[in-house]
Amino acid sequence: MVLSFDATLADRDFDVSFELADGETLAVLGPNGAGKSTLLDLLAGLLAPTGGRAALDGSVLFDVGPGRRVLTEPRGRGVSLLAQEALLFPHLSVLENVAFGPRSRGVHRTTARVTALHWLERAGIGDLAGRRPAHLSGGQAQRVAVARALAAGPSLLLLDEPLAALDVSVAPAIRTLLRDVLAERSAIIVTHDPLDAFLLADRVLILDGGRVVESGRTGEVLTRPLTAFGARLAGLNLVPGRRTTSGFVGVNGLHVPLGPPVAQGTDLGLAVRPAQVAVTLQAGLAPGTSCIRAAVDDVEHRGDVVRVHAAGMAADMAPIDVVTLDVVAGAQVFLTIRHADVAVYPVNRPSLPGPVPGAPLTGDRVDP
Amino acid sequence: MNTAALPRWVVAVAVVGGLFLVLPLVAMALRVDWPRFVPLVTSDSARAALLLSLRTSLSATAVCVVVGVPMALVLARTSFRGQRLVRSLVLLPLVLPPVVGGIALLYTFGRRGLLGSSFSALGIDIAFSTTAVVMSQAFVALPFLVLSLEGALRSVGTRYEAVGATLGAGRWTVLRRITLPLVLPGLVSGAVLSFARALGEFGATLTFAGSLEGTTRTLPLEIYLQRETDPDAAVALSLILVVVAIAVVGVAHRVRPLDRLAVTAAGTPRRRAPEAVR
Repeated sequence: MVLSFDATLADRDFDVSFELADGETLAVLGPNGAGKSTLLDLLAGLLAPTGGRAALDGSVLFDVGPGRRVLTEPRGRGVSLLAQEALLFPHLSVLENVAFGPRSRGVHRTTARVTALHWLERAGIGDLAGRRPAHLSGGQAQRVAVARALAAGPSLLLLDEPLAALDVSVAPAIRTLLRDVLAERSAIIVTHDPLDAFLLADRVLILDGGRVVESGRTGEVLTRPLTAFGARLAGLNLVPGRRTTSGFVGVNGLHVPLGPPVAQGTDLGLAVRPAQVAVTLQAGLAPGTSCIRAAVDDVEHRGDVVRVHAAGMAADMAPIDVVTLDVVAGAQVFLTIRHADVAVYPVNRPSLPGPVPGAPLTGDRVDP
Repeated sequence: MNTAALPRWVVAVAVVGGLFLVLPLVAMALRVDWPRFVPLVTSDSARAALLLSLRTSLSATAVCVVVGVPMALVLARTSFRGQRLVRSLVLLPLVLPPVVGGIALLYTFGRRGLLGSSFSALGIDIAFSTTAVVMSQAFVALPFLVLSLEGALRSVGTRYEAVGATLGAGRWTVLRRITLPLVLPGLVSGAVLSFARALGEFGATLTFAGSLEGTTRTLPLEIYLQRETDPDAAVALSLILVVVAIAVVGVAHRVRPLDRLAVTAAGTPRRRAPEAVR
């Protein structure tokens, strides 16, 4: 383990602890105000906790409690921060921006420039070394920022929504660059986007109101969320329910037959993508599907699809179907799911809110 | 000129106000005795006063930069009890009549002043020396530098400094390589304003430093004295100060904040031609 973190910040109602293994990338997800940036600021040393302890590679970042108050200065932490905006020093050339980290650590000017050029080339922008930040595009500036953060040789790289301020047309290229450079190092990335978490992170930590509400392997958390909140972040429907003799019965009445492994009475969750929930006016009776009757609560327009909310689930429909079936709030419809499209799993995972869940999940996929 | 957005009388009052500021300068320029201009401004006493003024004003500006930069940094980057009070006190010389400032300096550094008596015992007399001129000028000019630099520091913010710190830079490196270069335009315009204020200093200088030719008689003092004996010389020297002042204002306007320069460099959107008013 390279990083252990445990901190409280009374005035922001923040209380989070987690651990990070060597070479591992952790994605921190959550809504605005969940404490994601607070977490990064505490690690970078831009904010002091009211209590707790964190250590990176065996050296203490902070240790605050009754009778003790150790706060390592930001420069001594071995932590680089990559923010939403590139924040390149406007008075320095691209090369000098990237050489800033090595030079601040006492490396000779010439050597620092060699290091800087290496990282610029790694970021795919060796030809921009002589430019001023004012003459860069947003994507180029963020590449320089990535090179600058890495040139400082951090033990831990912090990324605060590094793609959020970028044009949608350049974000994928930067994402690829990050994927490349994050592969071999310890990093924490704060993001809104489950896609970033999937592509960049080994593990996910979901924060809400300054607390960890879910944590675990990325694939686990984002395909089998335990909380409604995690499900929303992952873009999934989560139907809570129980194991009965015949299978899964959801709180909204949805019934899915299951094989034997899970004991009766266990709390289960059913996850399904809104795109895989069909909305019809007649009950679907095809084999391998389940269907419930529901009243439409709300109809939400989302660009090229219409999201229909009913029975605690969301279903995405094509606009033409919405018009043809006359789906409006209050209408009676049938929601149909194919068993092949759902995941059913126990939701009282014991290790919450801990680090990596020790045992693999025993949730079983339904046979079609 | 497009005046459509304003009532006409507002524009009229504004024009009157502008004339009020400019007309006296024109009137003075009209009174200049041009054939004798060069001999008047190059007389021994005028040259001595001009050189003394430049020397002392540059020294005062240097003093302002040396002590003003730390003051602005402390005001902009720290928080402590009574900070607002301290800021008000720093700005006091801006609103204080300079004569009062001169008297205050006299009772501090004068021969029988608070600190001056100790200096006297060491054989150092500050009052009525060139040093006293520099001190008077620095006293009245310092707020200009502190004010303008503090504003620049606040508008630049601390984000770049935080980035520098996480990249491994110590406090001194952050200050030297990030903070100061970022606020350099504010520092330069503050220094220019301080220089201008120092150059025009009269009241505090006369009170604290007196009017000894070649030692403490700066250009404004020389102008005031010449006005009694040779009004033409006073007018000619005044014109020199006006020219210097215009140059200073020009320089101070030239120096713009760095981020605005950056925007210009990246290409500001071209303003659409105003549509014809029907």
